[in-house]
Amino acid sequence: MTWAHQDKCAIVGIGATDYYVRGKSWPRTINDMAGEAILKACEDAGISVKDIDGFAYYGGASAGYVDKFDSGSLMETLGMPHISFTATLTSGGGGVAGAVGLATAGLMNEDCTYAVTVMAVQQTPSARLGDIFGRMKPDPENSFLQPSGLIGPGHLMSVLARRHMHLYGSTEDALAEIVMASRTHALNRPKAIRRTPLSKEDYLASVMLADPLRRLDFCLETDGAIAVITTTADRARDCRQKPAYIHGCVHGASRKWGRAFGWMNMPDPEFSSSGHQFLAERVWAQTGLAAKDMDVALIYDHFSSMVLAQLEDYGFCERGEGNDYVLAGKTRYDPASRGGVNGGIPVNTHGGNLSEAYIIGMTHVVEAVEQVRGTAINQVADCEFALATGGPAPIPVSSLVLRSA
Amino acid sequence: MSAHSIAYGPARLLPGDQIHITTNPDTEPFWLAAKEHRLTACQCASCGAFRLPPTPYCPICASKERTWPTLPGTGTVFSYAICSKNPATGEDYVYVPVVVEIDGARGARLVGNLTGCNAEDVRIGTRVVVEWTDICDGWVLPNFRALSDR
Repeated sequence: MTWAHQDKCAIVGIGATDYYVRGKSWPRTINDMAGEAILKACEDAGISVKDIDGFAYYGGASAGYVDKFDSGSLMETLGMPHISFTATLTSGGGGVAGAVGLATAGLMNEDCTYAVTVMAVQQTPSARLGDIFGRMKPDPENSFLQPSGLIGPGHLMSVLARRHMHLYGSTEDALAEIVMASRTHALNRPKAIRRTPLSKEDYLASVMLADPLRRLDFCLETDGAIAVITTTADRARDCRQKPAYIHGCVHGASRKWGRAFGWMNMPDPEFSSSGHQFLAERVWAQTGLAAKDMDVALIYDHFSSMVLAQLEDYGFCERGEGNDYVLAGKTRYDPASRGGVNGGIPVNTHGGNLSEAYIIGMTHVVEAVEQVRGTAINQVADCEFALATGGPAPIPVSSLVLRSA
Repeated sequence: MSAHSIAYGPARLLPGDQIHITTNPDTEPFWLAAKEHRLTACQCASCGAFRLPPTPYCPICASKERTWPTLPGTGTVFSYAICSKNPATGEDYVYVPVVVEIDGARGARLVGNLTGCNAEDVRIGTRVVVEWTDICDGWVLPNFRALSDR
């Protein structure tokens, strides 16, 4: 059934700091970077920061899992006179796309008029995301997982990738292609952290960190901040930029996914999926659209194997056929035609988390907005619909469909 | 069916003296049984469904009644990774985290390390038997040893 709030809200402002290699943002602070992103997003929207009266976070309002956002502190820093909506989705980066839906909830409930979603990451030596699970103190639940030495997100993801290879015969060649396509898309982007060409030989020479995943299958480790501002459609028409309408937005997951790789009890086929199938069904029902209707897909790529799984969960290809789909070049962007390759839909035209930057998924939301505005660096011609997804992770995962004005 | 081009060599168990666990009243029966080298899983006493890690309610029927049957201690590798650095020290150290489907406890899995074979010879479907590892604070961890008749 069509969503009652379809196109009733829009993203009107986007703002980002520079992207820094892990740890290099010091001596800037989290609130310094978050503030820059929010102020730039306000300028982009053509509003005053004092107009912001809502905060819609994800990841439990954590700043890259290693610090916390506090709305009171951000208000005192930036001078918003009052806040009437301050809420967060639970868990981690799975909620990034859904945080825009949370903003919509605040707007449609008339709690707030301009809501900001912000993420800032700063990974000092004692606060590295890749160590996050390893640094966690043992608790009664993780005592069933941590002793195995599956301590990093990549360790956990490799177990799922192995099962995918076993069930469907997917190959390291497909993972290589995902990484190489991402790199190709990043080559012309001034802010991208990895912007040198990558060959198959380079990929195969990358060290195996958790077999079957290599270092290059892991996303970048980045510092920086990104903010987006969401408002109602009537207010959006008075903003500086073309509105990016929120056509559909969902978060959650089925119990078969549940605690996911924090638990490892998912049945097949969920075990080697991205946990997005429940959401894909919801967002396609909400919009009346399907994968084939997307003009571009911004797919959370913290690990290359999870691109493969999401392509299947969203129906860009059938389950188990991600390997062949990817190897046919169907995730690539063709600059000459400003479209897909071999009948595919361009994926991660911004270079994604693998090659551009990893701000816990916010770069995907920004790219979705730029694509439907028509201002992206690797612009897809006549881009009407853009899909952005949240990171495959314990519940919630999330997804967002934007529509051009 | 060579899945691996890398010759890793023997799969080792991570040293027990670097492994800590904690328990709560829901999980403690599992770990107390492990101290006696008895593999168990949380089973709903009402509908018979198994669950791990143990939780207060059965997700199928919402019963709080639990039993802790003694299991045969064998199982099958459902999936795995091959890792080559000790996470505690960063030193070269080949270990294989395995997700194991446990015999006699349908739907319940355990995650541990596998030993008794070269890492590159592990397969999904490899049959395993529990191998008890002493860890910190007097607790005992179920790991796994590959059976040759896989």
